[in-house]
Amino acid sequence: MKVIVDQDKCVASGQCVTAAMDVFDQRDEDGIVVLLTENPPESLAADVHQAAAVCPALAIVVED
Amino acid sequence: MARAAGCPFDPPPKLRELQEEAPLTKVEVFGQTAWMVTRYDDQRRLIGDPRVSSDVYKPGYPAGNRILPRQDDDTGIGFILMDDPEHARMRRMVTAPFMIKRVEAMRPQVQQIVDDLIDELLAGPKPVDLVQAFALPIPSLVICQLLGVPYEDHDFFQKNSSILLRTSASIEERTKARGNIGGYLHELMGDKLENPKDDLLSGLAERVKAGELSRKDAAGIGVLLLIAGHETTANMIALGTLALLEHPDQLAKLRDTDDPKLISSAVEELLRYLTITHQGRRRAILADIEFDGQILKAGEGLIFPNDIANRDPEMFEDPDALDITRDARRHIAFGFGVHQCLGQPLARMELQVVYGTLYRRIPTLRRAVELDEIPFKHDGGVYGVYNLPVTW
Ligand code: HEM
Ligand code: SF4
Repeated sequence: MKVIVDQDKCVASGQCVTAAMDVFDQRDEDGIVVLLTENPPESLAADVHQAAAVCPALAIVVED
Repeated sequence: MARAAGCPFDPPPKLRELQEEAPLTKVEVFGQTAWMVTRYDDQRRLIGDPRVSSDVYKPGYPAGNRILPRQDDDTGIGFILMDDPEHARMRRMVTAPFMIKRVEAMRPQVQQIVDDLIDELLAGPKPVDLVQAFALPIPSLVICQLLGVPYEDHDFFQKNSSILLRTSASIEERTKARGNIGGYLHELMGDKLENPKDDLLSGLAERVKAGELSRKDAAGIGVLLLIAGHETTANMIALGTLALLEHPDQLAKLRDTDDPKLISSAVEELLRYLTITHQGRRRAILADIEFDGQILKAGEGLIFPNDIANRDPEMFEDPDALDITRDARRHIAFGFGVHQCLGQPLARMELQVVYGTLYRRIPTLRRAVELDEIPFKHDGGVYGVYNLPVTW
């Protein structure tokens, strides 16, 4: 599984952090998404897909 | 559109009819026509499209005569009615305090506020109006602290904000209310420019000094945050409590748990079930959009009633049932697209503390009047109840 985020699209909603806090974080200065790991373990697949589904800015892409 | 008699928590039946029979259709509203988008999937696909605009002065924006006149000395109401790139530039100036970790750090403080207010309730007379004694003070105290607005002024901003949003108020009344709050924040911004403190408005004052933002725009952002920060959450607290009182099995589940997962699930479900921003998201179309074989033309309007999308059976099984154990996290009660609620982490945290505390501390909480005596905010910019007499 590979995760890609687009910081330009991100609107700092925090939804991805709530869904998968081991994979996503937010930049201290403006809350924009930071990817903690590009290749999260399979055990987090459901959470990562949840994050991509709730991202209001469609800034998260997951490649299985 | 009106809700059905006796169903104060359900969207208007007309919306359900449209969702079933004509999910994307033109309707007559405010003396103009606009596209009504009622399916969950369609709403998510369209509201995030860069060809739709939140600017009320763009041709086709569906609000008819409800739009307040432009005035030179007006501060506006921040970036909620702006489009990118200006919207994104301003939004990013205030995103930091709302990020998950900063909001989590505020949780103990909010718990203290909630505990203190419940102590006061229990020591005071009953019945009591839960709106004035509990639902409004919590988010107002929190947003005042965060922004650096004196809480003593709460009567002033609560009253004006409620008039500004109310659909039954005249344009004159609403323009005056907008001017009152705008003037108040413009003046407060002057204070922050001279005596900066460690609060959000002082942060904006820094930007004004640095030439990144005009004082007027800074005040406008303050107006937006102050209004959005108290009015919405207050309605979720009071209406959410009433909905739970009307669903005693759900209330019992919530009262008998200290599992943060179930409490957070209950918050998401109540957000979905009540979808208090009942006027729907509104947008104007900037350039033709081909959508499932139809052409949505530039200059036409779009209305997205999020309440019916959150009751779409294609998305949520048995959508009209309130079930705090369901996974409701994909609801769009905070909207969708680049304008999705900035304050959602804060709103969620406040509601988790409230729903996780109130019913445990006052297990016998109940209505003090009949359901049909409770005034619902059918004319509110945000849905809720004007008052909620409770006893225990
Ligand atoms: C349960 C409570 C709340 C609900 C249901 C709610 C709902 C919404 C919705 C539906 C929008 C989207 C507007 C649009 O698309 O046109 C929105 C935007 C916004 N909300 Fe909330 N809100 C809540 C609490 C808060 C709080 C506590 C704040 C804190 C200050 C806040 C600040 C904002 C701001 C600043 C925007 C504009 C975002 C933008 O235009 O980029 N909201 N809210
Ligand atoms: S969910 Fe999307 S918009 Fe929100 S913080 Fe994460 S990447 Fe950004």
